[in-house]
Amino acid sequence: MHTTTGTGRVKRGLAEMLKGGVIMDVVTPEQARIAEDAGAVAVMALERVPADIRAQGGVSRMSDPDMIDGIVAAVSIPVMAKARIGHFVEAQVLQELGVDYIDESEVLSPADFVNHIDKHAFTVPFVCGATDLGEALRRINEGAAMIRSKGEAGTGDVSEATKHIRRITSQVNALRSMTRDELYVAAKDLQAPYDLVAEVAETGKLPVVLFTAGGVATPADAAMMMQLGADGVFVGSGIFKSGDPSRRAAAIVKATTFHDDPAVIAEVSRGLGEAMVGINVTDLPAPHRLAERGW
Amino acid sequence: MTRPRVGILALQGDVREHAAALTALGADVSLVRRESELAGVDALVLPGGESSVIDKLTRTFGLRAPLRAAISGGLPVFGTCAGLVLLADRLANGIEGQLTLGGLDVTVRRNAFGRQGESFETELAVPALQPPTASVAFIRAPVVENLGPGVSALATLPDGRVVAVEQGNLLGTAFHPELTGDRRFHQRFLETVTGRPAAAGSARAALSPAAGS
Repeated sequence: MHTTTGTGRVKRGLAEMLKGGVIMDVVTPEQARIAEDAGAVAVMALERVPADIRAQGGVSRMSDPDMIDGIVAAVSIPVMAKARIGHFVEAQVLQELGVDYIDESEVLSPADFVNHIDKHAFTVPFVCGATDLGEALRRINEGAAMIRSKGEAGTGDVSEATKHIRRITSQVNALRSMTRDELYVAAKDLQAPYDLVAEVAETGKLPVVLFTAGGVATPADAAMMMQLGADGVFVGSGIFKSGDPSRRAAAIVKATTFHDDPAVIAEVSRGLGEAMVGINVTDLPAPHRLAERGW
Repeated sequence: MTRPRVGILALQGDVREHAAALTALGADVSLVRRESELAGVDALVLPGGESSVIDKLTRTFGLRAPLRAAISGGLPVFGTCAGLVLLADRLANGIEGQLTLGGLDVTVRRNAFGRQGESFETELAVPALQPPTASVAFIRAPVVENLGPGVSALATLPDGRVVAVEQGNLLGTAFHPELTGDRRFHQRFLETVTGRPAAAGSARAALSPAAGS
């Protein structure tokens, strides 16, 4: 029997299976188990959550393989891990370690200010961040099998996540009403390949699953992202920087599934304790805005 | 019954792909997240997703008991991947405390092929379906072990591992027909609901590639 691994279908297919779910940042095997018990559909293994990366500064890199191995061993749900933008050797290492998805992430310090990783060269699938449709389609052209809108990681301020998911969905909707001759110009304006632009215009959605990320801290934040058209939600610092991570994690999972039912969202939002303190994005000086990394 | 009403358990997973396949075959599709939405469906699909998450959500939102009652009461159910896990009576390697809904007299082993790097596509001979072979995608897929006497294996890999089973009007596949555009499994499932072969038009539809992905 001929079998083929690493096809576009199985790479994109795993993301399809994560839809309607919450992917949680974890830094230890204990946190990974808490996330799994709370109903995370996958965990993102990283050395420091974005809020700590912001607070501590310095260069932020791929995690120690021992730490990733520990998390892979701790849970049976999919494990994702972050590589620096353009750092294809970190990605090779993560593939070797057997992670289920690689996040080529602006949350880490970029390794290449020109090129992103050639993601077609890997059997493991990649998720990449995007702030608009053109950026999403450039990443898909490079082989990304899943997109997350970037938001502004480590802030607990959902406003940038809102801006990015709204921008992507409104750009998709704009393509739908365009004639063929207008689509050529749209491809030029979006700086994206024409074929992908035409596909989006035809189907009315991205060719891959679209999650949202960056600043989601409450059940209502997650539900809002879903109502704005996200297929699912990444929660980074919002869970393990809060007062009661286990309870908040479970509440965000429930609010994501019942995102259109305010009665459920109200119920799960009760008595969650302190949300992460957060930083207002407008107070962040431009060099500290992670969403501007990636090109 | 001309147009079967098919519910899809829509707590998490690839609900949209099943909805597209079933709609193309003429079913009247509705999403099920609450007990009240289960009433009035002629059949139910348990989609692909993360079985441990779907299990938790069925318990949190009071769906577990009604789903179990409906399955034991004879509701036709089709589960793919995580859906097959949920439909199994026994789970070899769930996370701590993980439950299944049950119905199929089999044991299922989760992530039986390894991690995502081992996820694969292949061509599978399925004797119960008309040729050609089925193009199928296994994504962190389970396998079926210890089939009870009432269960028939619809498809096996060359190494003998069972990846599709049927027991009365319960159908389970370890792979994802909803992703590859081969609608013959959905069609077979609908035939167990309507009790007669689908019309020629839908037979053609069953072999056409899926729109989009």
